[in-house]
Amino acid sequence: MQEFANQLCENRQFGFKMTDSKYFTTTKKGEIFELKAELNSDKKEKKKEAVKKVIASMTVGKDVSALFPDVVNCMQTDNLELKKLVYLYLMNYAKSQPDMAIMAVNTFVKDCEDPNPLIRALAVRTMGCIRVDKITEYLCEPLRKCLKDEDPYVRKTAAVCVAKLHDINAQLVEDQGFLDTLKDLISDSNPMVVANAVAALSEIAESHPNSNLLDLNPQTINKLLTALNECTEWGQIFILDCLANYTPRDDRESQSICERVTPRLSHANSAVVLSAVKVLMKFMEMLPKDLDYYGTLLKKLAPPLVTLLSAEPELQYVALRNINLIVQRRPEILKHEMKVFFVKYNDPIYVKLEKLDIMIRLASQANIAQVLAELKEYATEVDVDFVRKAVRAIGRCAIKVEQSAERCVSTLLDLIQTKVNYVVQEAIVVIKDIFRKYPNKYESVIGTLCENLDSLDEPEARAAMIWIVGEYAERIDNADELLESFLEGFHDESTQVQLQLLTAIVKLFLKKPTETQELVQQVLSLATQDSDNPDLRDRGYIYWRLLSTDPVAAKEVVLAEKPLISEETDLIEPTLLEELICHIGTLASVYHKPPSAFVEGSRGVQHKRLAGSAGSGESVESPDAGSAAGASEAPPAVIPSQGDLLGDLLNLDLTPPTTAGPPPPPSSGMQMGAMDLLGGGLDSLLGGDLGGSPAMGAGFAAPPAAMPASFSAPVSSGLDDLFDLGGGVGMPMGAYSPPKTVWLPAMKAKGLEISGTFARRAGVIQMEMTLTNKAMSVMTDFAIQFNRNSFGLAPAGPLQVLSPLSPNQSIEVTLPLNTVGPVMKMDPLNNLQVAVKNNIDVFYFSCQYPISMLFVEDGKMERQVFLATWKDIPNDNESQFQIKDCHLSSDASSSKLQGSNIFTIAKRTVEGQDMLYQSMKLTNGIWLLAELRVQTGNPNYTVCLKCRAPEVSQCVFQSYEAVLKN
Amino acid sequence: MIGGLFIYNHKGEVLISRVYRDDIGRNAVDAFRVNVIHARQQVRSPVTNIARTSFFHVKRSNIWLAAVTKQNVNAAMVFEFLYKMCDVMTAYFGKISEENIKNNFVLIYELLDEILDFGYPQNSETGALKTFITQQGIKGQTKEEQSQITSQVTGQIGWRREGIKYRRNELFLDVLESVNLLMSPQGQVLSAHVSGRVVMKSYLSGMPECKFGMNDKIVIDKQGKGGASDDPGKSGKQSIAIDDCTFHQCVRLSKFDSERSISFIPPDGEYELMRYRTTKDIILPFRVIPLVREVGRTKLEVKVVIKSNFKPSLLAQKIEVRIPTPLNTSGVQVICMKGKAKYKASENAIVWKIKRMAGMKESQISAEIELLPTNDKKKWARPPISMNFEVPFAPSGLKVRYLKVFESKLNYSDHDVIKWVRYIGRSGIYETRC
Repeated sequence: MQEFANQLCENRQFGFKMTDSKYFTTTKKGEIFELKAELNSDKKEKKKEAVKKVIASMTVGKDVSALFPDVVNCMQTDNLELKKLVYLYLMNYAKSQPDMAIMAVNTFVKDCEDPNPLIRALAVRTMGCIRVDKITEYLCEPLRKCLKDEDPYVRKTAAVCVAKLHDINAQLVEDQGFLDTLKDLISDSNPMVVANAVAALSEIAESHPNSNLLDLNPQTINKLLTALNECTEWGQIFILDCLANYTPRDDRESQSICERVTPRLSHANSAVVLSAVKVLMKFMEMLPKDLDYYGTLLKKLAPPLVTLLSAEPELQYVALRNINLIVQRRPEILKHEMKVFFVKYNDPIYVKLEKLDIMIRLASQANIAQVLAELKEYATEVDVDFVRKAVRAIGRCAIKVEQSAERCVSTLLDLIQTKVNYVVQEAIVVIKDIFRKYPNKYESVIGTLCENLDSLDEPEARAAMIWIVGEYAERIDNADELLESFLEGFHDESTQVQLQLLTAIVKLFLKKPTETQELVQQVLSLATQDSDNPDLRDRGYIYWRLLSTDPVAAKEVVLAEKPLISEETDLIEPTLLEELICHIGTLASVYHKPPSAFVEGSRGVQHKRLAGSAGSGESVESPDAGSAAGASEAPPAVIPSQGDLLGDLLNLDLTPPTTAGPPPPPSSGMQMGAMDLLGGGLDSLLGGDLGGSPAMGAGFAAPPAAMPASFSAPVSSGLDDLFDLGGGVGMPMGAYSPPKTVWLPAMKAKGLEISGTFARRAGVIQMEMTLTNKAMSVMTDFAIQFNRNSFGLAPAGPLQVLSPLSPNQSIEVTLPLNTVGPVMKMDPLNNLQVAVKNNIDVFYFSCQYPISMLFVEDGKMERQVFLATWKDIPNDNESQFQIKDCHLSSDASSSKLQGSNIFTIAKRTVEGQDMLYQSMKLTNGIWLLAELRVQTGNPNYTVCLKCRAPEVSQCVFQSYEAVLKN
Repeated sequence: MIGGLFIYNHKGEVLISRVYRDDIGRNAVDAFRVNVIHARQQVRSPVTNIARTSFFHVKRSNIWLAAVTKQNVNAAMVFEFLYKMCDVMTAYFGKISEENIKNNFVLIYELLDEILDFGYPQNSETGALKTFITQQGIKGQTKEEQSQITSQVTGQIGWRREGIKYRRNELFLDVLESVNLLMSPQGQVLSAHVSGRVVMKSYLSGMPECKFGMNDKIVIDKQGKGGASDDPGKSGKQSIAIDDCTFHQCVRLSKFDSERSISFIPPDGEYELMRYRTTKDIILPFRVIPLVREVGRTKLEVKVVIKSNFKPSLLAQKIEVRIPTPLNTSGVQVICMKGKAKYKASENAIVWKIKRMAGMKESQISAEIELLPTNDKKKWARPPISMNFEVPFAPSGLKVRYLKVFESKLNYSDHDVIKWVRYIGRSGIYETRC
């Protein structure tokens, strides 16, 4: 043995020092040859040693399948140890050598008849592990016998074997009637046989949600409860987990089951305890609350839960994750046990973080002093994450327990004095929330906060600070200076900060209009003109319009009283919580996710619900029909709009979504036109027939998106002059294809960042993306889907991400698109909503594509046709745009535009002004006619667009500008 | 259920790999190595989900044990199983080390085959396993022996085999407690609890029925009410309130639940009969009084007094007080009245050791800590002062009242059994903030 171990060590060293090729050619061949000889040796001992060597090589990952026949020859032996080794080998390689595996069948069948029950069981156990069809066929008869074997050891092994066989060939198991035999075993005299039968049936039932396989009725429940007292700890877990799926008929039955399960709470095995807790938590729902027993039960639950915290750290973690759920469902159970959740200095970090979470949940007026003292200690610890969470916890205590707010604020101020950067930032973020909960109470601390302005480098803290300055601008003398200092680096800030800064400055302006006019103009132009972010631009425009049309209304809107924030943050959404309570002790309760979020295939798709306390006797399981993609089962009630959108995206359902965002209510400026757009205008967009529907788009003086241009209303505050700047609302568009922009920030997508752009290459529209994995785990299984959109853009093939994306890796993907997908008008027209799925979740984002991408190559119109069409299109459909600061000659422009399939048909020069007549055609057949006026010496160009579907004009115009300027 | 089980050495090389389910591929072995063992950061969770595969891991010295699954398994069960697996391996070949695992890998595979079937944990009691999993093979068993093995492995008393015989029936009871304390600098008890274990070594013949009694408040009160109570005041004082207890699987839980009596047929040899937890009326064997004074930016003065708080006739042993020092400590001067004290730079602490100390005594240490000036703005976190000790009594106040043995088939009675009881109180996490 020792010698052999040395050999093993040697092998290992080789394996790790040399790389593949060398290793396989030289050492291996000789070794295999030697082993072959030894395996065929006459001496038993030598044979056994050889098999051991083979297994050792197998463990290290070497391929020893070449020895298959020689190893199988060793199978026929009465030496049990040797036999087990051969079986181990078989389980590993039989699948790759199915034909040879057949050689083993006879021995298996013979072994199943062996007088020694250990050997019979071994044979049937191993046979079930060999996933080769031919062997499976031979397995049925021996298995049938073993299920009825006189020895319990063989029966308990055979019970598990049915589950194995079901995994290989479910149909076969049903046809052979093994399921009925398995059901019979629930009444077996031996507790372990019962436990294994229950385990096997439960697993099989999971893949047949409707089969009623585990026909749980009071009689079987009684049998299970009897077996519960007698079987091994593991068996008790199987039985308890199975019991949890039962729905008692009434509260009396519920109580009697609870009474028989409670003794399990004293078991040394934590899993038994947790499974018992699960059964009790579930069945308690059925008990009337005024029942004495209900109170007794509640009291009985606390001590075992606390005891779980003295288990090993890994189990503590599982227990804490579950306690977190239990505390949310039934806070009364542990309300007096705050102290046990105090963090110990030597706890592993994962235990510390979980304890902290539970401490906050249990915090109440009664214990808040203690809790705060603890939290203050934690805020001086080493681990950054933990410290941050502790600081945040102090803020949450302030919000939760009003009486403590004052003490919390002063504690936070003490912490700010430490000047530890991340502590200060975290404190500021929570103080903002405290301000929101208790307005006009703690403003005296603002001065201290402002002192730390310079040290803030995290977006969340910066945004919080800006919010505070804006909200209390009237009390801060130099609010304008403070905000202005942020404005300098506006474009380098994150969106969160930009949005907050915009709002804060508008608030400031409304409060102190005289001194801050310049500032507000500056921020509005930064937000609307220089930003690529649609959210920011939209918000900028809204403020702009509000300020310019009705400052009083603006005041009412912007300085409106804010709703108070709620006390309990990050509670798990109730339906999910109910489901998770039904999964206490399992992985779902550790992840706080429904099983469907991390389990593949049909397993775990069933959603479990708690039964109502009225004892309604409804079915506990509501199997969810036909949803193959587990991910699409994301808890719908949490983010309803997303859920709907998702359904829409994945099923390509053709009915318009009801709640999801796509057509947002038209903004006031374009009400009339918008109505029309949805009616006749859309037809023409889709039809693309030049001759058709001339009656559309009646009221379209100004295209919808050109909002600033329509603000000619006289406004007293000298804002007028700003508005004609609004010409170049910059879409993210470049010459041919705009530079990549971040579509999906990693923050919003659990670490997946997507940036991308669109391009038209050789007549094919392409979406070019960079996927970056900023998470810690590998990402796989990427897929993409578009929502219906204006031009029917759809992926022409699947997303080609062949290798898994490891952490910190980026990958470039090009996705060819076609335009045959379903159509729905979007706003803006070129908006595209995308869903990307990976192994972690489904994520949504929207992006805008340059419409020039849709200009087809044969978009050059005949001169005559052009003239006729130009005349034919009513003047109402004509729109005009200015392109500023363009320094190209007319010819250069023409060739540049031609690159993007905008074709110049004719050129005319009148009084030093070049007029270029151009045409282009969209993928859906709509023609666009344009007149481009270029005056030498004047950097401002004018574009006149005529089209039967005037709503595209704005997009086209943007494309013009983007193409010309890049 | 569990899809596979891997054992790695500290470098992440696979020592044992057993796959039970088809959905676990060979790449799972590597995924764990890359994402957990070789991960740069500290482990943030004992459960890791990598590409829809969940990994549970525990570490024993520098060996990693990982269980893998793709299903929604019972997470508590998986960890309990991993611990059990460690216990079984330790019982077979001693310490879990790379060398021992390599030397016994055939045995480990055999065990894994037996105690985990298709990922379902099976009987994993070492006592039972040892009857039929040996490296010597099981040749020469008679038919009776075989069926005895199988009925024991699957039976109701899976932890004990029949036909055990001792010339001398003897049992040892150890009450082992660890007392945990978190005290504020002002001497206020923030939290204190005792977690105790009753460990039994039984060398008894046959299938003895045992009954264990202790000064459990609930039991004593019940008896008191039953009449014939000699002195209620006295018994009230001597009983203790047990917050919660858990038992070895040999104990009949339903009987405990209904009558609060602890009855069982013990396994042979050493095992843990019960665990318990108390929080009320704990005797804190030591009190630590810290005094830390910062003298300017480069000097700290620390004075710590410890007081023993138990009967003067008893002796505490292996006393160790650990006083943390800042990271920028340049030098330390210590004076202590008793024992030896040393500054250990590598551990950032002053370690003060006292071999023995009687009850109701007091001792003191004072130290001057020189600090290097730093521009680190962050204040020193001041970790708590921790203490280790061992005392010959149970800090919870638990007393064993009786352990009765009945064996009806063999001719020995309770009186013939030699019984030994011992109490040991140790420090758990015994900390005083400063």
